[in-house]
Amino acid sequence: MEHGSHSDQSKSTFSLADEDHTFANSIRFTLNQDPRVTFCGYSIPHPSDNRVNIRVQTTGDPAREVLKDACQDLMLICQHVRGTFDKAVSDFKKSNTMESDDSE
Amino acid sequence: MSSSSEDESMSEMEEQENKKKENGVLDYIMSLESVPTKLPPHLELLRTRVLCNNDAPQHTDTIQYSGAYAALGVDNSLRLDNFSQNFKVEVKRLTDDDMEFDMIGIDPSLANAFRRILIAEVPTMAIERVYIANNTSLIQDEVLSHRLGLIPISADPRLFEYPDNAGDDRNEKNTIVFKLHVGCRKGQPRITVRSNELKWLPNGSELIAEDAKPSASSKPKTFTSFACSQDSVPEISSNPIGPKYSDIILAKLGPGQEIELEAHAVKGIGRTHAKWSPVATAWYRMLPEVVLLENIEDELADELKEKCPVGVFDIEDIGKGKRRATVARPRDCTLCRECIRGGKDWEDRISLRRVKDHFIFTIESTGALPPELLFTEAVKILEEKCERVITELS
Repeated sequence: MEHGSHSDQSKSTFSLADEDHTFANSIRFTLNQDPRVTFCGYSIPHPSDNRVNIRVQTTGDPAREVLKDACQDLMLICQHVRGTFDKAVSDFKKSNTMESDDSE
Repeated sequence: MSSSSEDESMSEMEEQENKKKENGVLDYIMSLESVPTKLPPHLELLRTRVLCNNDAPQHTDTIQYSGAYAALGVDNSLRLDNFSQNFKVEVKRLTDDDMEFDMIGIDPSLANAFRRILIAEVPTMAIERVYIANNTSLIQDEVLSHRLGLIPISADPRLFEYPDNAGDDRNEKNTIVFKLHVGCRKGQPRITVRSNELKWLPNGSELIAEDAKPSASSKPKTFTSFACSQDSVPEISSNPIGPKYSDIILAKLGPGQEIELEAHAVKGIGRTHAKWSPVATAWYRMLPEVVLLENIEDELADELKEKCPVGVFDIEDIGKGKRRATVARPRDCTLCRECIRGGKDWEDRISLRRVKDHFIFTIESTGALPPELLFTEAVKILEEKCERVITELS
């Protein structure tokens, strides 16, 4: 899954199966935002295979840890998005029902 | 010895004092107004806006790299607390079938991920296997089965499990059974078979499997093995299962023609086949921003208001009989670029832009789940993907 060298942990390529642009582009965004990352990118070796290669090069930290942290960050972002969205929907529904009550 | 140690301690103290002075100097410098913690305004414009010119859009890429402005000393990384503070969601329209909402402060890669997941990876129920007992209509078996598969079914997919395709085990937890039995008698005019003829069978299949060995039990073996009736589950009995829209035309029968079949619906995702996609479609666009670079008055203002087909511009009176054009509804702009057509002077007067991190999302549901639930499910699926990768990595 991880193609790297044992001596230099800071650069490696992760080959994920069963993934495509949906996940890879989002994780590339969170990786780029991490200051420890010097280079990150993804490629899809063949469109018929459901496989994506993510390359991560860091300033010294092992690439595996940085990728794990980026996944955690993405999960936190998603949870925050979900919370904000649910709150916005319930606020909208409440304000709508209040309006319809007033008009009646 | 003592003098040298005194010297050493003196030099240490000097070092500390120097450091404090340096830190103090640094703090003083950073607190000056002209030192950039943010980008200068023209660079900020290029970072946050797409400029839509007459020939092609410019600066369409989002600058994600954390060290992109390192030479200027500005930090481009997204701290999680910054994101949490700046992220906003505003719901503009919400009905049972569709919704429109704004997401502000999110990157296009995440917005696109949500859109892709909504279309292809949120599961629904759709008819997969059709057991045809009799079809003497003009519609071929496979065409009729294809049409049955595309019918949206109002069943909550979260109450069901995925079928394991290896086994033929179809029980009440992973299958919904429908029956269709219509005929047109001789002498009757042609009839239209609509989706309301599909009857839900909560007790399972009624067609008898022919290759069953004769067993001692009284009940013959059918194509499904329901342990209990699906009616008994309270969530299902409160919202009965059936096709969402009752007026979908399936086939037309002439006199003497008959269709008798049983359809089994299972859970799947849009990536396998589009019939399992829970949204009619889901799309987003960036918030348009129309900026008048100079004052547009009198005849030019009238001309501008006429040009725009969706009515973005309005005229206001500024006294002394002069009229000026204003941007009244920039959100309606469809980027037809009519206002900047007609020569270079129009291009210099108006700037059409898009805000890179403000997305207007529209979700149209086919009916299985309400649109706000669909979006929540899509975000949950992205979280599950992250978890799966984390467990793979550990």
